[in-house]
Amino acid sequence: MPAENLVEISDLNFSYGKHPILKGINMNIPRGKLVAIMGLSGCGKTTTLRLIGGSIRPTTGSVKVAGKEVGGLDTEDLYTMRRKMGMLFQFGALFTDLSVYENVAFQMREHTDLPETVIRDLVMMKLHAVGLLGAHGLMPSELSGGMARRVALARAIALDPMLMMYDEPFAGLDPISLAVIGNLIRRLNDALGATSILVTHDIQESLKIVDYVYFMADGVVVAEGTADEIKASRLPFVHQFVWGESDGPVSFHYPSAPYREDLLLELAHGA
Amino acid sequence: MAHRKVGFGLRGIGHAVVNGVGRLGYASRFFLMILIGSGASFRRIHLTIREIYFTGVMSLIIILVSGLFVGMVLGLQGYETLQKYGSESALGSLVALSLVRELGPVLAALLFASRAGSAITAEIGLMKATEQIAAMEMMAVDPISRVVAPRFWAGVTSMPLLAAMFSAVGVFGGYLVGVVFIGVDVGSFWSQMEAAVDFRQDIVNGVIKSVVFGIAVTAIALFEGYDAPPTAEGVSHATTRTVVTSALVVLGLDFILTVFMFRGV
Ligand SMILES: Nc1ncnc2c1ncn2[C@@H]1O[C@H](COP(=O)(O)OP(=O)(O)OP(=O)(O)O)[C@@H](O)[C@H]1O
Ligand SMILES: [Mg+2]
Repeated sequence: MPAENLVEISDLNFSYGKHPILKGINMNIPRGKLVAIMGLSGCGKTTTLRLIGGSIRPTTGSVKVAGKEVGGLDTEDLYTMRRKMGMLFQFGALFTDLSVYENVAFQMREHTDLPETVIRDLVMMKLHAVGLLGAHGLMPSELSGGMARRVALARAIALDPMLMMYDEPFAGLDPISLAVIGNLIRRLNDALGATSILVTHDIQESLKIVDYVYFMADGVVVAEGTADEIKASRLPFVHQFVWGESDGPVSFHYPSAPYREDLLLELAHGA
Repeated sequence: MAHRKVGFGLRGIGHAVVNGVGRLGYASRFFLMILIGSGASFRRIHLTIREIYFTGVMSLIIILVSGLFVGMVLGLQGYETLQKYGSESALGSLVALSLVRELGPVLAALLFASRAGSAITAEIGLMKATEQIAAMEMMAVDPISRVVAPRFWAGVTSMPLLAAMFSAVGVFGGYLVGVVFIGVDVGSFWSQMEAAVDFRQDIVNGVIKSVVFGIAVTAIALFEGYDAPPTAEGVSHATTRTVVTSALVVLGLDFILTVFMFRGV
């Protein structure tokens, strides 16, 4: 089993209405590995995670988790599968009517019959891992953005899932927390024998911890390779991304009519 | 030219009807899902009790104050009319019957819709907008049975209690104005009331009304929140729609129920 892929995505297409977002994605996430998906804002990374989690279904193509076609599962099987998944949402998505403690304890209460003392130990352990032991009594509205994201991380790993998906875990973190969380993600993956998918813009930090990288642009995978291969890559796209240059093959702009035309239009319509 | 306009108008009406029917179907399916997902609301009763606190207890003050004023106005107006016919001793029965049959259930439901219903819609809508609902689904927890159903049963339980309190306080308000201020005979005030109010005919029917209103208002509030577009604007529109739709539905249902209950159709 070890060499097998936990997640297999082939020829995946997805559109919101008539707007195509993903155009023929192929990805393999091997068991036990930590794989990063990188790409510009709006290129479809969160959409890919949602397809893996089964909250949206592919237009065409296939997404398999542990050999099962996610889009073909009924609600019950989907929920069974999701019990083994953890997802860190891009904007935290903490339950605003529950305290930090109850947020982390949420899945334990919903899915297990653990006694309160065990739940308490587990919650404190997870909060300690993200450095927020002291914040257990706060409400989500009392947290800063970075703290909320760390609580969401603690909640996502609460039941030690076999597949972890992190959507931008580093956004809004200071350099120290960033390194700690990066190491935590790596350690969790290895200690639990889990498999992790890391969506991030933070290429320097993630290259330190990941096994493999997929680069997406405009709904397709444009480059892939191990961390070392990426660092050494001469591909203009990858080079531009790794070194954060504004000149290069990647456009910073959402596809639109040329800006100049827009301005001219405005002139024609305006007073 | 004119037939063009008529054509547009008809198309508009057709569109609205098709949309409306589609939404009604969607709402019915939602209602069914609430009933199916209700197990946890009873098995884990603390989930429901918590929501009873938020929906019921929070509406208590506004219900009590409004009930008192409505009762006092009833006392004043009723006395004015009754004394013309020399039957001011019937004031007690007039106040009690008006409240128990009509004003208690209806006004309490309208107040409940604007106080608790709008809050429910806004809360559920925001939970959706901030991906809390999606997060719950990703954790393999069904938001209908964990979030929606307990709120539904809390609303259905609170509504008759609130209506009863509204009526009770209203009767007290009528007593205050009629007996204490105006000086209607205290004995006849209570005895007429006791004689006129029938348990089966008036009290039970009033309770049935308020249960039906509770179901309607809470279901509308939950549906609007769950169906709201996940944006600030979407949630604010949904909140308004909850209050407006609830008011119309409560008044419409009240007419239908009254026809069946008190006209003996
Ligand atoms: N619910 C939706 N309806 C319509 N279009 C959507 C929806 N959600 C996302 N999109 C579109 O899909 C595209 C990809 O979105 P996605 O959230 O996957 O981007 P992303 O790669 O995660 O970006 P970021 O790095 O900014 O989070 C975007 O162009 C966005 O406009
Ligand atoms: Mg995203």
